[in-house]
Amino acid sequence: MLAVNFLLLAAALFCIGVYGVIARRNAVMVLMSIELILNAVNLNLIAFALMTGAVDGQVFALYVIAIAAAEVGVGLAMVLMIYRNRKSIALDELSEMKG
Amino acid sequence: MLAAEAAELSSGWFLENAWLIALIPGIGFALIIGFGKHLPMKGSEIGLLSMFASLVLATGAAIQWVQRTNSAGEGGEEAFGIINSITRSIPRATEGEAEPFIEPVVTSWVWWSNANLEFGIGSSVNGLAVLLLWLVAFISFFVQIFSLDYVRGDRRYTHFFASITLFSAGMLVMLMAENMVQLILGWEIMGLCSFLLIGHWWEEEANSRAGLKAFLTVRVGDVGLLVGTAILFFGANAWAVDNLDSNGFNIGAIQAWALSGEANTQFLLWGAVALFIAAIGKSGQFPLHTWLPDAMAGPTPVSSLLHSSTMVVAGVFLVAQVYPVFWQGFNIDGGGLSMIAIIGGITIIIAALLAFVQDDIKKVLAYSTVSQLGYMMLGLGTGAWLPAVFHIFTHAFFKCCLFLCAGSISHSASHHSFDMKKDMGGLRKKMPITFAAWIVSTLALTGVFPFAGFWSKDEIIDNVGSNGYDFLLWVGLGGAALTAMYMTRATYLTFFGEPRGASAGEYHEDDEHAEEHEMEHISVGAPEPRSLSSAANTGHGVGDEGSAGDESHGGHGADDGSDHHDDGPHESGPLLLIPIVVLAFFALFAGLANPTPLASRFGEGIESMKKYVEPRATPVPFEEVIAAGPGESITIIDGRPSTTPSAEEGGEEGGEKSGCGFTAPEPGTACFFPAVSHAEPKFTKILLSLGVVAAAYAVAIAFNVSYYGRRNKHLVGLTDRSKVMRGGFLFLKNKYYLDYLYENVIVRAIAHPISKATYWFNQHVLDAAVNDVGIGARKTGEWVYDNIDQKVVDGAVDGSGRIASESGRGLQPTQSGKVSQYGALLFGAAAVGAIVLVLVNVS
Repeated sequence: MLAVNFLLLAAALFCIGVYGVIARRNAVMVLMSIELILNAVNLNLIAFALMTGAVDGQVFALYVIAIAAAEVGVGLAMVLMIYRNRKSIALDELSEMKG
Repeated sequence: MLAAEAAELSSGWFLENAWLIALIPGIGFALIIGFGKHLPMKGSEIGLLSMFASLVLATGAAIQWVQRTNSAGEGGEEAFGIINSITRSIPRATEGEAEPFIEPVVTSWVWWSNANLEFGIGSSVNGLAVLLLWLVAFISFFVQIFSLDYVRGDRRYTHFFASITLFSAGMLVMLMAENMVQLILGWEIMGLCSFLLIGHWWEEEANSRAGLKAFLTVRVGDVGLLVGTAILFFGANAWAVDNLDSNGFNIGAIQAWALSGEANTQFLLWGAVALFIAAIGKSGQFPLHTWLPDAMAGPTPVSSLLHSSTMVVAGVFLVAQVYPVFWQGFNIDGGGLSMIAIIGGITIIIAALLAFVQDDIKKVLAYSTVSQLGYMMLGLGTGAWLPAVFHIFTHAFFKCCLFLCAGSISHSASHHSFDMKKDMGGLRKKMPITFAAWIVSTLALTGVFPFAGFWSKDEIIDNVGSNGYDFLLWVGLGGAALTAMYMTRATYLTFFGEPRGASAGEYHEDDEHAEEHEMEHISVGAPEPRSLSSAANTGHGVGDEGSAGDESHGGHGADDGSDHHDDGPHESGPLLLIPIVVLAFFALFAGLANPTPLASRFGEGIESMKKYVEPRATPVPFEEVIAAGPGESITIIDGRPSTTPSAEEGGEEGGEKSGCGFTAPEPGTACFFPAVSHAEPKFTKILLSLGVVAAAYAVAIAFNVSYYGRRNKHLVGLTDRSKVMRGGFLFLKNKYYLDYLYENVIVRAIAHPISKATYWFNQHVLDAAVNDVGIGARKTGEWVYDNIDQKVVDGAVDGSGRIASESGRGLQPTQSGKVSQYGALLFGAAAVGAIVLVLVNVS
């Protein structure tokens, strides 16, 4: 069934995103991976909307897109500030929050 | 016209979209506030345009209303036209044929509904509303033209136009109100704007006090409006829901309920009293008239607008629109001496007397307005509905014109002073056009044939007499005589005799002058907005310091393009004169809209007010009272055979009064207006009132010439020599001590004991209680501290703290500070959660 393919694609995307978040050192790459995860979720929402025939899922997907844009904006700004202060955006060097 | 025949009322675009008349100035206000300062004419063009658009729309609505009324009586109505010249003695509705009631055109939207109670906003246009809509739009438009030049250079020019436009919008909203809620809305908008406009030059304390006084005094009346609306709602709601599918806020429903014969008389009486208190406040009737003369602190165009067609007429309009309530509540139908008539009569005389001792030309006009409003109330209170409404119409023109003349004089001749004794005199040759307009309007105001005031005021007096109120008839005549006298005095002081003060070209910078009188002080100086301090400094038109005064004068001349202060007094410019001339024209001819005394000669068709404005007292079957939605025209099919008691003219001597307002309408029908009577004009009565006015003129002219002109020794200083005269003079000069009463006696009596009692209560009751509670609380607190707090709570807190710190130390390694590790934990946890969820759902 077509929708199942969507779900599989979404799952694959999600896994790639999770891998990126965990394995990458570069903060920008991590942000991009988060985008992948969000888009995987979008795909899921739309696929379910297709299955049930309701538009709610698609509406939610639109919201997610909007929020993702905002989130990337904030994230990139933070990355920029980190770079200015440390001349590096390698995440494994950022451990000031160590408890 | 055959009553059985179906008569369809015509409607039209202008009538159905009458709400635009009020909406356009409202939008205009927002635009002026928003963008006015950046426009080439500082926002005044928006104000003018919006008022002009309103005027056009209102004119269209008026024309269509006339068509609508004509369409109701097609075929038969012409028989009463000029050609057949049927005399008044024959009732219009003969042999049981009643002229059909002309339904108002209602266009409204529901903005709030709750449990069958719907509040609409929109327009409801009947004859009275259409007349006043047109009038307000007309007057507002010309006042704004006048203001263009008059307020030019003012530091709050844009705000002035914004407020005055919103003010007109408020009045228009009120006029077209279909329910009481919308009426209150418009009423309050006006109250607010009057406060803004009267206190326009608030840097001077007297002005801001005047604004506050107007606002607060009117608020006293507004309480009456709210209470009255509530009373009428509770009284009328059940009936309106049952019979008309309406509710108790609907004005039409209230009218019908009041005349239905099923209304509770207590509700009617107290509703009428409360609403009339509102009208007293707004229309400056006797006990609450004191705000009106003080409102002269505002710019002259404001006085002109407020006192001719808007603010002060609102109260009269309220009474006229909800007339059935007053008709029944005050038993006007039975010839009862109503509160309205008494208050109106008192106001006429009291205000007219006060006008004699005023030196400020605008205050003379203000008291004159109060007095004329008294006439309107007197008319309404004695069943003379039509003349009273007609007097609103004519009065607006000549009073507006008089105020604008005063403004023109102060602008061009007397240095922004309004003091007739100090700064005017001998202006008739210097300002011929203003003088001519003033004379025309004065003659109209005093009711001289054939000027506008004659037709309306005389009609009120005549009807008061014919409805059986002999004493009030003489009150009205006395008021007319007084009007003639004080206007003669004002005219003489202003235009005749020797020029004095500023009119003679003097600049008086003396201190005591500016202090003694409330000046109108326009800082017509620098085109750019001044700083506040310099504005306050030059604020005095006739400055209290020489330097400030000079700056003001110099600036004025430069701004006007003509240095007229060096030339002395001169005629005003075209922007000031055009409105004056137009209004004077109407002051001359507006009376021809309803010349009742001529009706016996030319037929009833000539009385257009009676035909188009007065609602007909004809019962309407319930099912034909349709509330129309937007754009929906109302169809009335007067299919009732001639069994209804016809709306017979009550004026027939000895005739049994029947019809709406006297007997309850038949079951299933509703009346919207009582069958008011109309007096038959008698030649002798007209001669009597004209004679009274003429005599008053003669006396006044003789007195003025000898007193002010020749300085007759017997008259000059009479108040110093005679104790009685001085007492009377001081009594008037202090405005019957009413202000003293309000501020020093009533406010003090109410405010002081209350504050004292509150203080005592505070000290002895509240404080004692608080102290006792405090002591008890401390005792309890000590015990609780020793036993519960130290042992139980502290133990628990210490224990939980220890647990938390231990577990924290155990979990410390997971907080590595590494983002990727956090991510892994997050997703790992999410994955575990997902797996658990799947397992739970599957099994």
